[in-house]
Amino acid sequence: MTTNVARRLDVSEIRKDFPIFETGIAYLDSANTSQRPRQVTGAMMDYFENFNSNTHRAAYHIAEVATDRYEGTREKVRAFINAASTKEIIYTRGTTEAINLVAYSWGRKNVRQGDLIVVTILDHHSNIVPWQILAAANGAHIEFVDVDDRGELRQDQYRELLEHSPRLVAFGQVSNAIGTINPAREMVGAAKAAGATVLVDGAQGAPHQGVDVRALGCDFYAFSGHKMLGPTGAGILYGRRELLESMEPFQSGGDMIKAVRIEGATYNDLPWKFEAGTQAIAEVIGLGAAVDYLTGLGMEAIRAHEREITEYAYEALSDIEGLTVYGPPPSRRAGVISFSLDGIHPHDLATIADRGQVCLRAGHHCAMPLMTRLGVGATSRASFYMYTQKDEVDRLVGSIKEAQRILK
Amino acid sequence: MTITTAEDQFYREFIIDHFKNPRNFGRLEDPDITHEEDNPFCGDVIGMDFRIKEGVIDDVKFHGRGCTISQASASLLTERLKGISLEEARKISKADVIGELGIEISAARIKCALLPLKVLKVGAYGLADENEGEE
Repeated sequence: MTTNVARRLDVSEIRKDFPIFETGIAYLDSANTSQRPRQVTGAMMDYFENFNSNTHRAAYHIAEVATDRYEGTREKVRAFINAASTKEIIYTRGTTEAINLVAYSWGRKNVRQGDLIVVTILDHHSNIVPWQILAAANGAHIEFVDVDDRGELRQDQYRELLEHSPRLVAFGQVSNAIGTINPAREMVGAAKAAGATVLVDGAQGAPHQGVDVRALGCDFYAFSGHKMLGPTGAGILYGRRELLESMEPFQSGGDMIKAVRIEGATYNDLPWKFEAGTQAIAEVIGLGAAVDYLTGLGMEAIRAHEREITEYAYEALSDIEGLTVYGPPPSRRAGVISFSLDGIHPHDLATIADRGQVCLRAGHHCAMPLMTRLGVGATSRASFYMYTQKDEVDRLVGSIKEAQRILK
Repeated sequence: MTITTAEDQFYREFIIDHFKNPRNFGRLEDPDITHEEDNPFCGDVIGMDFRIKEGVIDDVKFHGRGCTISQASASLLTERLKGISLEEARKISKADVIGELGIEISAARIKCALLPLKVLKVGAYGLADENEGEE
């Protein structure tokens, strides 16, 4: 049974690839944005210093190199998520833009008066607001799947909503706010059986547990490079080819056309139909290097390490008096722990933690409907990645005790 | 981890005292003005009730939840408001409020410090501060 045992990560060796850790910070905010290794920044610097030029446009050598490296990321990403073709890999600025692309290009044409859109109370604002705008414009309405007391989606209610034949179902693979891992495969299967088009927000899924979009069976899958060791400004929309073929462009201008005449334009083939104007070339190259890095470590090994750290942190935090953890038990959650402390505001904890160089998120985590549902204005959140050490969790515990000493 | 003197300054006794024992906390019966504002960044809400007699703030109380900074700021502000004219209250500036707190406040926390002032300005005068949101 050795095949089931993920290779153990050498975290102290990994951390040497991340110069930022030399500053001494305890970085517990990877669900917000990850840190980036030298391999990623190096690939970007290589572009800037050695072959900086625009892609798809020039006939000279360095532009060919730039185009090759830029397009090379597409195959890396295709393999990473097991898409059928690089034509299904659209570069975007990130998850938010990817979802907005679908809401605009697919939604405006396909969502009609009286249609139902199903999202969940766990969703990030970026997987709520684009649908609210679409629903308002096209006369559709939205229903939210609620959570139970453990912060897990109420599958019974979800199945009931599916009986109303929604046009679209959109949900996150993993909750950024409380770490719930949704049963994405079952949920997609049920939604497809109900005739819905399905978008999965993979912003917290792809970086930590990976994805096989064909096994998942969704129509669209969106994620960000900057949460998976890549730079900001480069993300991915995966879409099933036939859907992407049928969709109108999102933004328009250079590069997304085949020919422009006074009478009108013909659009470029996939994937470039959705990539208007000069793209984030260095960032896309950086994202390719990030995918290489993740693939090199292995997603199973990354997930195994995160599970170990999450269990360690969950136990350490649960031992603290007056501390409430939100969400499911560690075996059913990603590397995210959201919590509150009796009598201590999350902002105060974050400020005190910061004095000890502990980077902790305090706020509503762009999930205000969930915060309202949990009856809190804000929580503190610690989140982990393959480079997180137990020592950083210990420093968080120290900050919490310090805050209690000062404020209680 | 130990907190040094410089760090303690942020949570010095004066602020902690106003946080733990807020002055003028609660509600007024039949207030002449009542108004609430929230900080969308963290969901904190602060409200104030005012009783006005001949242009003077006869009584004021605040309510709501928040961090040390917003609670201490509200406590200090209500202390200052009691017994002064609306005209004087109108002149209270952001710098006054921050000065009275007497601590260095990071950009991320400035909205916490100024939330009570926003309640006063919008509530008592219907004035959304023109510069609100600059920080």
